[in-house]
Amino acid sequence: MPNPDKSSITELGIAGIRDGFRAGDFSARETADAFIGAIEGGRALNAFIVETPDHALAAADNADKARAAGELLPLSGVPLGIKDLFCTAGYQTTAASHMLEGFVPQYESTVTAKLFDAGAGMLGKLNLDQFAMGSSNETSYFGNVISPWRTQGGNAPLAPGGSSGGSSSAIAARLVPAATGTDTGGSIRQPAAFTGISGIKPTYGRCSRFGIVAFASSLDQAGAMAHDVRDCAILLEAMSGFDPKDSTSLDVAVPAWEAGLSSNLKGKKVGIPKEYRVDGMPAEIDALWQKGIDCLRDAGAEIVEVSLPHTHYALATYYIIAPAEASSNLARYDGVRYGQRTLPDGANLQDMYAATRAAGFGAEVKRRILIGTYVLSAGYYDAYFTKAQKVRALIARDFEQAFERVDVLLTPTAPSAAFALGEKSADPLEMYLNDVFTVPASMAGLPAMSVPGGLDSKGLPLGLQIIGRPLDEQGVLNAGLAIEERAGFAARPGKWW
Amino acid sequence: MSVDATTVRKIASLARIAVTDADVDAMVPELNNILGWIEQLGEVDTDGVAPLAAVIPNHLRLRDDVVTDGNIRDAVLANAPQAEHGFFAVPKVIE
Repeated sequence: MPNPDKSSITELGIAGIRDGFRAGDFSARETADAFIGAIEGGRALNAFIVETPDHALAAADNADKARAAGELLPLSGVPLGIKDLFCTAGYQTTAASHMLEGFVPQYESTVTAKLFDAGAGMLGKLNLDQFAMGSSNETSYFGNVISPWRTQGGNAPLAPGGSSGGSSSAIAARLVPAATGTDTGGSIRQPAAFTGISGIKPTYGRCSRFGIVAFASSLDQAGAMAHDVRDCAILLEAMSGFDPKDSTSLDVAVPAWEAGLSSNLKGKKVGIPKEYRVDGMPAEIDALWQKGIDCLRDAGAEIVEVSLPHTHYALATYYIIAPAEASSNLARYDGVRYGQRTLPDGANLQDMYAATRAAGFGAEVKRRILIGTYVLSAGYYDAYFTKAQKVRALIARDFEQAFERVDVLLTPTAPSAAFALGEKSADPLEMYLNDVFTVPASMAGLPAMSVPGGLDSKGLPLGLQIIGRPLDEQGVLNAGLAIEERAGFAARPGKWW
Repeated sequence: MSVDATTVRKIASLARIAVTDADVDAMVPELNNILGWIEQLGEVDTDGVAPLAAVIPNHLRLRDDVVTDGNIRDAVLANAPQAEHGFFAVPKVIE
């Protein structure tokens, strides 16, 4: 069997590993070993909360046997990173919180079960913002994740985005070929944009939420993060599908997204929502957007200006609905059934709840629980929560009307490139504003992805976002592919870790 | 609408999160900053708009009325901070 330089295996994504493994270029064991070595060498990034080489190696040995027996599965030989928001049976799952430190699930999330059933192995549990609440990975109880990217000539640690920042950092640094993420208001797309990778959040209901630590249940969706659009298609296909254990799971067939990839956009219309041209948007972001428009036009699409008049209100709506749902979901952490317990001397049950939650939750999580409790409390429910649900209906209607005229929408993913750690963490509101372009699609449950479009003047990646109709992940992936093929994004972080 | 220290203590109590006076002092301006920003939704005319309940049209299913789970007591208790005699244990509730 040919045995090329094993270190080059970590250069490959899902498709490259799958196809090279099938062709006999390398074994699954060699692949797992190569990534395990990269992870050991990449600990300065703090991308993992727990490394699970035993899982990756066991899956690899199974894959090698399956290949010998001619019984290959779709992801045989492919090791993955798993965001530590997915429950993994027998492996600690923390949501990056002290509250769940030491929690070892007795069951498997549906998404990870699907991936493992498809032959994939797990390299480790990836760090994130605590309970997925954050845009910079600075709220993890297990420390900040650091982006492998640095500004040209600089060495200040940069945010990998959030909340799926362990996933984005590990992929960009080639510690894993691809990873799962979850997206509530942009937690796949913004970190993908910050680290020069691709990430897709599917239509709400495509991926089962069963076994994913809940944040805001009407918004939470699992998705795929990877080096390129094809890998996103492969991974999302393996993650998606109806699950009776999730009451909002969609009972629809999963299309063959990888087989359906086509960057020929002849006859397609791409909408440019004028409300996304916000005040004070950096000229570089504007130029990136224009580059994306040019790419899609070159791929045969017609460009149409559209209006989404309630865009401006999406973020404020989100910061009522998401904390409200979070305050309800996180009520389960009571120090009784699982997770941490803090029991002061002589405390009664109520004291124990309050002490447990004070010690177990970080500052941002408490902030959101308190906001959520307030907007749901007697006397304020209609003024805040019901009002937000009405505005949410208007935001969804804006998209519906736009999609009567166009097939997909193109916007920047984030209003800036990655910022330095600590730069925005003092002001919660300033941090929230980073999600301005990703939140609206979440509010409407639409599929959306980020693909790298170019670099800013400091040498940092910038992302372009494509938003599609409900269940039209294929249209989103195809537009993403058209940009990927034309934008020529080949930059990668220099190895300093 | 804005919150004062008394309201923050009340909310924290409803949310079962113990707070110190210093916590409350820090939270009042933070929460008011966020709530003040949220006030902008008052500008939106929502007369006659039904609150959105489900983003993607879907209907709740009924499953067959059969036992699908159970007999997993040890698994349920496996992560309990304190489990005794096959039960979750908590501080004494009734004197």
